[in-house]
Amino acid sequence: MSEKMVESVVARTISRIIIPFIQLYGIYVITHGESSPGGGFQGGVILGTSIILFGIVFSLNTTKKWISKKILILFMSLGLLIYSGIGAIDMLFGGKYLEYGKLPLPLHSPEMSALSILMVEIGIGLCVMSTITLLFIFLAGEKSGTRMDSWEI
Amino acid sequence: MELIDFIVTALLFGGTFFFTTATLGLLRFPDLFTRLHATGKGDTLGVGLILTGLVIYLGLSPITLKIIIIMTFILLTSPVGTHCICRAVYNQGIKPWKRR
Repeated sequence: MSEKMVESVVARTISRIIIPFIQLYGIYVITHGESSPGGGFQGGVILGTSIILFGIVFSLNTTKKWISKKILILFMSLGLLIYSGIGAIDMLFGGKYLEYGKLPLPLHSPEMSALSILMVEIGIGLCVMSTITLLFIFLAGEKSGTRMDSWEI
Repeated sequence: MELIDFIVTALLFGGTFFFTTATLGLLRFPDLFTRLHATGKGDTLGVGLILTGLVIYLGLSPITLKIIIIMTFILLTSPVGTHCICRAVYNQGIKPWKRR
């Protein structure tokens, strides 16, 4: 969590190998959320954990260089917008909030429910991933004095 | 009893034996380094043996593939976690235990 890289070669090599697989597993958990254990929140946390692992093993400055603050805040708002927007569209077509059956699509009701749940999960996953990453970067930079203010966009 | 059942039972017993010794080492050893020495090896081998037994018991199926992937990742990451904890603690200046 300091400004330097971790000096252990073992940790760096294994992290470089394993981070893409962690992200793949997070996407798997998000997209299979309606039919198996898991879902948007868990998959988003797994995706955020891969970025946290990157920030611990490689330095915090490298993470800040790789990920821009603007994109994180954009993803956070976009996920919230997808989630609440689908609920609001359902209300617009005469149903209750998040009542998927009322959408005017040429699909059967279970298929439409599955599609809407998938969209909602993707929204939650985006929101949770960017929130976890932002929290980590904010809290980790507190000790060394490099907080959010010094993070240029 | 068929041969496959015998092999699976032997692997599961081996896995639980290594888990038991690792837990015994965690409870009885005097120091952080020796405790990590016990649990790091024992847990990895125990998980490996138990999951190998499950793979042989299930045969060819998608679940087998998932178990093999889980086993690969545990075998990759568990020793690295032990290594990182030990290295961080040693770099903080904590000396290993010696018999007085």
